[in-house]
Amino acid sequence: MASIGKITRRGLLATGALVGGGLVLGLTLSPNRLKIGSASVLEEDEVLLNTWVKISPDNRITVITPHSEMGQGANTALAMMLADEMDADWDLVKFVEAPALPEFANTGLGRGYVLGDTSIPAFAKPMVEFAFFNLAKSMDLQITGGSLSIRLTGEYGMRRAGASARAMLVQAAAERWDVDPSAINVSDSIVSHGNKSATFGELSSEAARLEPPLNPRQKERSEFKLIGTSQPRRDIPAKVDGTAVFGIDVELPDMVYAAIRHAPAFGGTVASIDEGSVAGMPGVIKVVNLDDAVAVVADKYWRAKTALEALDVTFDGGPDGNATSDSIFASYADALDKNDSSAHFESGDAAGVISGAADVVRSEYRVPFLAHACMEPMNCTAVVKDGKCEIWTGSQNPLAARTFAADAIGLSPDKVTVHNQFLGGGFGRRGRDDFVPQAARIANQLDRPVKLIWSREEDIQHDHYRPAVANRFEAVLGGDGLPSAWSNLYINVGQDEPEEAPDIPYGIANQSIRKVSMSQPIRLGPWRSVGHTQHSFFNESFVDELAHKAGMDPFAYRRALLQGQPRHRKVLETAAEKAGWGDPLPADRARGIALEQSFGSIVAQVAEVSLSEDGTVRVHRVTAAVDVGTAVNPDAVEAQIQSGIIYGLTAALYGNITIDGGRVEQSNFHDYEMVHMAEAPEIEVHIINSGEKTGGAGEPGTPPVAPAVANALFVLSGKRIRSLPVMLHDLRPATGSQQVS
Amino acid sequence: MSFTLNINGRKHTVDVEPDTPLLWVLRDEIGLKGTKFGCGIAACGACTVHIDGEATRTCVLPVEAAVDTEITTIEGLAGNGELHRVQEAWIRNQVPQCGYCQSGMIMAVSALLEQNPRPTDAEIDEAITNVCRCGTYQRVRDSIHELSNA
Ligand code: FES
Ligand code: FES
Repeated sequence: MASIGKITRRGLLATGALVGGGLVLGLTLSPNRLKIGSASVLEEDEVLLNTWVKISPDNRITVITPHSEMGQGANTALAMMLADEMDADWDLVKFVEAPALPEFANTGLGRGYVLGDTSIPAFAKPMVEFAFFNLAKSMDLQITGGSLSIRLTGEYGMRRAGASARAMLVQAAAERWDVDPSAINVSDSIVSHGNKSATFGELSSEAARLEPPLNPRQKERSEFKLIGTSQPRRDIPAKVDGTAVFGIDVELPDMVYAAIRHAPAFGGTVASIDEGSVAGMPGVIKVVNLDDAVAVVADKYWRAKTALEALDVTFDGGPDGNATSDSIFASYADALDKNDSSAHFESGDAAGVISGAADVVRSEYRVPFLAHACMEPMNCTAVVKDGKCEIWTGSQNPLAARTFAADAIGLSPDKVTVHNQFLGGGFGRRGRDDFVPQAARIANQLDRPVKLIWSREEDIQHDHYRPAVANRFEAVLGGDGLPSAWSNLYINVGQDEPEEAPDIPYGIANQSIRKVSMSQPIRLGPWRSVGHTQHSFFNESFVDELAHKAGMDPFAYRRALLQGQPRHRKVLETAAEKAGWGDPLPADRARGIALEQSFGSIVAQVAEVSLSEDGTVRVHRVTAAVDVGTAVNPDAVEAQIQSGIIYGLTAALYGNITIDGGRVEQSNFHDYEMVHMAEAPEIEVHIINSGEKTGGAGEPGTPPVAPAVANALFVLSGKRIRSLPVMLHDLRPATGSQQVS
Repeated sequence: MSFTLNINGRKHTVDVEPDTPLLWVLRDEIGLKGTKFGCGIAACGACTVHIDGEATRTCVLPVEAAVDTEITTIEGLAGNGELHRVQEAWIRNQVPQCGYCQSGMIMAVSALLEQNPRPTDAEIDEAITNVCRCGTYQRVRDSIHELSNA
């Protein structure tokens, strides 16, 4: 994993006075130690991350946050972290998401990050490749993903910037009053000493002349005033009255619209287009061949869409036109048989224990492809004029979006400006901005702005999918019923991310976790919590199998395996206790438990599930315990965990993208089903502030819910669910079912 | 063809094909972008508005069917500069996440509460079938109950 080098003096750049007075501070970390594996990925003078704060003479504070707002409330939390370190009056703090603020227009890097308008550093190009996603996330340029906003930008950027600004303001006051800086108090944006006091704003111009401190003192946890309190998210008011502008809402003068259809099969291309088939249709302006897709441009979106449907177009089948879900899973089974594997993690001698054991527990698991189905369909508005391109979209990665657009139309990136908008859901999908180069290419053939909107069908069928994968477990139980050996051979299809996803927290002496790396034909991408979704289902189901095999309570079993893991144990115990683990339930209900560490946070969930005689599965309650280290904005953390659980539950119960003829069979919400109000469980979130390093909140809620539900269903049906989604299994209540939990 | 629509208490005349869904008329002709496109097949509720007080999905509703009705969109829900009580509850309870589904959600909930001021959980489940990919359902439900008891 990447680590962050300490801030160098050179790393703190761009502090200065504002036109009209005031202080602007731009903090940049210069990460001369950022490494992936053994390769150093950044040159010394390259820049990791930056954060801007502006203090105006009228005492207002403006924070520029580099992250995309997609509902996670990260920007509110980031501004809180900065304000807390400054001892600022929260009511006077505003934050601005990129872009804007002409003050920064001439400070190259700031503008680069904030407006997406500087040349791409050498390291940024490969960011578009999945192999480098981890790296890109670590750099956190403008990438919102990996639950890293708070963990990196907040911890390393915002807090440090706040502390620097505070120190400069204190120093300015000390010089003005000729007193010792250590005797100065700061509270609610007011600096005071004895009977003297001044606001931040009044001191800002003097502070701007000072050198920013090399290592400003940051607060201890006990000193936090704002961090750890629930503050309303600042993005919410615009989201209740229809005024929030998402990418799809962008309106430009003289704008036209494009509708798109992709070659149905992956890797397929346009074979023929008969433009005559739409000639004379109302409003049609142009048909654009995008090689793997065709777009129709018209004066109105509905006209573009109607003409697209009428367009006579044929596609070839692509190189993998025979692929089916079955053929892909069969290729996995073959590969697992051949076992051309490499070690992920080995300790002790699992193979030896297993080969010498009389009784080996063996199981195979698998999960299907999944689409993201962001609520806002993919879209992008572009205009190309006078050798420049402007882009309006909602992206988790505006900097890469800019590269994509530039490359697509042969411009250098500094000729492309990306205006990032609210995202109607991201979940990883909007880190893969294929719609951006498409819009740029279409706009390049027009002399006016064009808004490209994908239909929901295109969205479901041309996503970058959570991979389908499979694995095989073997385990041996010792005399105490606990596993003495754990072996996991899993398929890795180039999405081995994050690296720790296959790990287990349990104290098992002999472990062999190995991967078989291979390719498959479907386009893949990061999906909320990435590799943790599948590995958590695998591991937490199998450990449950072992508990039942040993005749032990699944909660007590896990707990016994967590002797050396006090944080995990506390989280597990909290979830069990709050869920009333072991308390009697109606005959048709049972509880299942699961635990997963991801993105620096630990989450345990207990699902209370019923199974009716007719096979209907209903998840009534999910009790979650969450250790995110420090919850900056607890209400937003709760919301993210609730959100992650519904997202994971939708996948667990229904999520199933299947392939036939090299293409996706599902197309919209009628055949790619969602959890609605009626199926949504009551969710209880218990936050544990362990004070450990801050973890993410956006993703860690998702992984444990599938195994928790499947584990409850085992109790109810006696049937172990080893493949998802649940809806494909014909489950009936087991007669005389063993209500062990 | 030309159609006159009554939207948020004002008359608008538009010139579109008669089968154009009301959704795209609202968004692209009138410029009311608060009503969202989510699926286009009446399966998600992102495009919900009130038509004569009924929560209606507009992505499959031809504009010609909306003539001579009273249409209220999210932009028209607040009156006299005051937020509707559902909108207030949404802020109080921090309901929206990405927010994209919330116009439709708020329109569906406000219509439900108009017709049934104290819905049971089962009635909520039946009436509110909007999709929220961010999973805000619990806060939606809690807010409905809070408003029922107000
Ligand atoms: S867009 Fe109308 S119901 Fe989904
Ligand atoms: S708030 Fe994002 S879809 Fe509902």
